[in-house]
Amino acid sequence: MKKQTKNNLITYAIVIAAYIILEILMLTGNLSSHMKGLLVPMTYYAIIAVALNLCVGILGELSIGHCGFMCIGAFTSAFFSRATSESLPAAPRFIIALLIGIASAALFGFLIGIPVLRLKGDYLAIVTLAFGEIIKNVINAFYVGIDAKGLHFSMKSAMELNMDGGDTIVNGAMGITGTPHDANFTIGIVLLLISLFVVQNLVNSRDGRAIMAIRDNYIAAEATGINVTSYKMMAFTISAAIAGAAGVLFSHNITTLTASSQYFGYNASIMILVYVVLGGIGNIRGSVIAACILYLLPELLRGFSTYRMLIYSIVLIVMMIVNWSPKVIEWRKRTFGRIGAGRRKAA
Amino acid sequence: MALLDVNNLCISFGGLRAVDNFNITIEKGELYGLIGPNGAGKTTVFNLLTGVYKPNEGIIRLDGEDITRKSTIEINHAGIARTFQNIRLFKNMSVLDNVKVGLAERYKYSSIEGILHLGKYKKIEKEMDDEAERLLKVFDLDGEIETNASNLPYGKQRKLEIARAMATNPKLLLLDEPAAGMNPNETGELMDTIALVRKEFDMTILLIEHDMKLVSGICEKLTVLNFGRVLCQGETRQVLADPEVITAYLGE
Repeated sequence: MKKQTKNNLITYAIVIAAYIILEILMLTGNLSSHMKGLLVPMTYYAIIAVALNLCVGILGELSIGHCGFMCIGAFTSAFFSRATSESLPAAPRFIIALLIGIASAALFGFLIGIPVLRLKGDYLAIVTLAFGEIIKNVINAFYVGIDAKGLHFSMKSAMELNMDGGDTIVNGAMGITGTPHDANFTIGIVLLLISLFVVQNLVNSRDGRAIMAIRDNYIAAEATGINVTSYKMMAFTISAAIAGAAGVLFSHNITTLTASSQYFGYNASIMILVYVVLGGIGNIRGSVIAACILYLLPELLRGFSTYRMLIYSIVLIVMMIVNWSPKVIEWRKRTFGRIGAGRRKAA
Repeated sequence: MALLDVNNLCISFGGLRAVDNFNITIEKGELYGLIGPNGAGKTTVFNLLTGVYKPNEGIIRLDGEDITRKSTIEINHAGIARTFQNIRLFKNMSVLDNVKVGLAERYKYSSIEGILHLGKYKKIEKEMDDEAERLLKVFDLDGEIETNASNLPYGKQRKLEIARAMATNPKLLLLDEPAAGMNPNETGELMDTIALVRKEFDMTILLIEHDMKLVSGICEKLTVLNFGRVLCQGETRQVLADPEVITAYLGE
């Protein structure tokens, strides 16, 4: 078996093992209700970290507006689920909502990619940052209602919808209330596995190699006959689509969905970038592990109350040193490498 | 018919005439050298031939096909591959993957098949692996297919860059100062590699070089550029004996 294939299988195995352990803990009643509430968010943060790693690590373009795509996925899917919450049964409704969320995030990824991917480095980061904020603010001023005559839109207030009775679904800054809770931990894990499958397989295909070639040297990539623009668009769109899937999980796990800074602002986008950087840029498995640990950590540290964020930042620094410092990497190789070598000899 | 036929090629950057009335005709199978002092416009000619710059005037024909204003990608697909003066490898990819990027145009499967690893994926990937390994064997790099390109020694990086260019199955190979930064031993080895490429693939090569030992050793014909103009053109021996060429290189 190829080294790469083996590596991919290990990643799936880690996710499935973590799922089984957590399910057993849940069934035997060893998980507090607080912890249970953290499981779905953990999966969607892992998914969006995978999506961002495709953009930052594999394509090599720094995006700090990925929460914008998550926001689009969340709102379009929640809109659909809320509008059809009485007319459709849960399973098909969620599947359609998921497809809608993914498709709209992908569409926005594609449209934004057209101007944005002409930029490089810092400029791309600035534009994606602005994009994330724009999405959030537009949705905050967006009113959509539905009545017997059909859909009504307004950018002013709920009154401006001029509705004949009916139902206001998106209520400006108050967002969407009453989205059915269709997401659960199992669905989250399945979506995470699918995202991993898509990204890891992409990396090991013709398209993936072209994308990485662009990252490493786009002049040489062009001279080797690679269509730089279309491959960039492809990677960016897939990345946005996966972020959209994370958004669908997000919106189907909470009752009131608002486009707040806490979840969709630049702070949230940078948080996800932190997961990607600390997990290792271009290292998909690392992103998943870093996202899970770093998402759970602040919650687990609640016992330290005031010192919580202090300890969290120390952990970030330690992770940075362990993962990236050349001296520490050398030390790790010396200490753990020998054990590995010994085992290999024994085998 | 000549493989490469360039007629009256001109380009200006602002007021500077970087390449002026450049003509060259390369027959199939020839090893042609392009030489000249620093700043003569040699790399500019390469960039014109590969579509990085678009010429103000002139026409470039490859195998009878007009490729004058085509993009870099289209020109590569038409059959010109190149290497760079400062090596441009895909640094964080393995030696094998570097070559497989070059093979991508000839070994195709759809993106969906690529993402799902279904359909033609397995078969074509296998064919690509075999072809890449065969190619790397020619360049004596088959022992290092899993190595990261950036971890190769300098001489081997040069070879890998040529291997990657050859993977696109070109009609014409452009080498931009392949011996730059090499010691005499490495240069000797590089000359063997170039000779081997010609023999193995029946390749037509145009190269820029400063190393006169290499130029006089392997090039059959030469064009000398000075201040963007062709100073002298013809058989290597005659060109290197030309008093004007000697003046341009050594001064009066």
